[in-house]
Amino acid sequence: MLRYILSRLLSLCLSLIAASVVIFGVIEVIPGDPAAFMLGLNATDANIAALRAELGLDGTVVARYWGWVSGMMTGDFGISYTYRVSVSDLILDRIWISLPLAIYALILSTLIAFPIGLIAASARGTLADYGIMGGTQLGIAVPNFWFAMLLVLLFAVNLRWFSAGGFAGWDNPAAAVKSLTLPAIALALPQASILARVMRSALLDTLGQDYIRTARAKGLTRRQAVLRHALRNAMIPVLTIIGLQFSFLLAGAIIIENVFFLPGLGRLIFQGITQRDLIVVESVTMLLVFAVILVTFLVDIAYAAVDPRLRRR
Amino acid sequence: MNRVPTSFLIGAALSVVFVAAAALSFLWTPHDVTSLVIANRLQPAGGDFVLGTDQFGRDLLSMLMVGARTSIAVALVAVGIGITLGVPLGLAAAAARGSLLDEVIMRGNDLIFAFPSLVIAILITAVYGPSATNAIIAIGIFNIPVFARVARGGALSLWTLDYVLAARTAGKGRLRISAEHILPNIANLLIVQATIQFSLGVLAEAALSYVGLGAQPPLPSWGRMLSDAQTMIYSHPMLAILPGMAIVMMVLGLNLMGDGLRDMLDPRLRRRRQ
Repeated sequence: MLRYILSRLLSLCLSLIAASVVIFGVIEVIPGDPAAFMLGLNATDANIAALRAELGLDGTVVARYWGWVSGMMTGDFGISYTYRVSVSDLILDRIWISLPLAIYALILSTLIAFPIGLIAASARGTLADYGIMGGTQLGIAVPNFWFAMLLVLLFAVNLRWFSAGGFAGWDNPAAAVKSLTLPAIALALPQASILARVMRSALLDTLGQDYIRTARAKGLTRRQAVLRHALRNAMIPVLTIIGLQFSFLLAGAIIIENVFFLPGLGRLIFQGITQRDLIVVESVTMLLVFAVILVTFLVDIAYAAVDPRLRRR
Repeated sequence: MNRVPTSFLIGAALSVVFVAAAALSFLWTPHDVTSLVIANRLQPAGGDFVLGTDQFGRDLLSMLMVGARTSIAVALVAVGIGITLGVPLGLAAAAARGSLLDEVIMRGNDLIFAFPSLVIAILITAVYGPSATNAIIAIGIFNIPVFARVARGGALSLWTLDYVLAARTAGKGRLRISAEHILPNIANLLIVQATIQFSLGVLAEAALSYVGLGAQPPLPSWGRMLSDAQTMIYSHPMLAILPGMAIVMMVLGLNLMGDGLRDMLDPRLRRRRQ
């Protein structure tokens, strides 16, 4: 087990290094002078030179890369050019919206998907199964930002149950959760549809196994066999998808946060892009990639803990 | 015996409608989508404007038709990028299984998978300028590892089969075997995957142009129609509902077609489902 963890850890580090090189490359090396890009068309040579010095652009590419990476390792993400505050402060402010939103959406998605997938699998081939499968097909096809607009139209404009956007702040937790509810539903629907389908097919796969027949032969009812044996074994593919979905939800919030005017990481990165604040964009992107890679790593380890066969790979 | 699945029929019918509308838009649209006639703004559906007009006086039906063209073009080329780069990489990795080449290709794949695709697509289009071309590249890059993985997976199982062994004893090289024996036999898998990636491409294009990083004005796109409609949603909800319905119907059509194709092309799956 230890060897397996070490090998996954090595792969995690390599992925992080490669990802940082790619992000650094896309932003700083390829499009010419970042300082000129950030200042736009009206920049004077003197302004560009000053910003170049501030950003440390006069060093070699390797020195700049090392400066960025070593800074991040100590929690120093640089100073935002437009906000004039440290990027780590900006991130700390906003992660308390994006992270709860992603977790909220993940919980909703799981709560919706599990019973639906379970019903579809146990009622396989019936009208309920076809209805659920048709509904999830539709759920997958709906763009989450459009669904978000429909939610606003129904619940904020017509019914006036929720506000159309903005964030109430965590001082009032109930109001904060309420302002995250519509965005979380919008994010969760397509994910729940995918998860329900995975859940159904994973359950159907395990229900066809010999040990289920054995369990039934021993006298377990169908329900007992599903709950005690099939469900646990069906969890492996389901957990993978949940792991992938978490990172998707974190990054997918970039558009949903814009629909609801939520000041989270997604909106921060988007504002960074429109204001050409490359330092913000670079560091927040790296943080999101780090989150994705870390979750993948944790899911891998969780598997190995659950299923010893995987350790030997 | 080989009954065509209903899902395929429904999906194909939906897809054909959109492809036909897109093709027709090259020759004819009910109205010109580039001319802004303020006198015609926010006309209700019916009469001269079948689906009504937007706040700039543009005919919605015409815009949906040209928007279908944008969607299909972007998604199609992005899938093309994925296939032309991904499939050879996957075949090479499978042919050189266990070698350094295989390892490098597959780890590279994992790396691209680890990136939140939407964030990187937004990054690419933001740094290199928003345009349909950059949207295509941004979406296309993420198709490469998908096709590489499918091609490798399919190819690996074929490499162990007798007829491949026979081809090797006959003195054929790995390259020739990959092209002559492996590729035709994984074509089914690739077609199914292409349908899925196509529908994901339509969604990604809509998301990018919704945030203003896809096709630029005056070229209409469904995503931008939605962002234009956002401020009008209180008074004219149809402006937001129609483009969204178009996206949903097209994606739904492609997904159903993909599912149906998989059922038809993969006999093992068919048996298992019965």
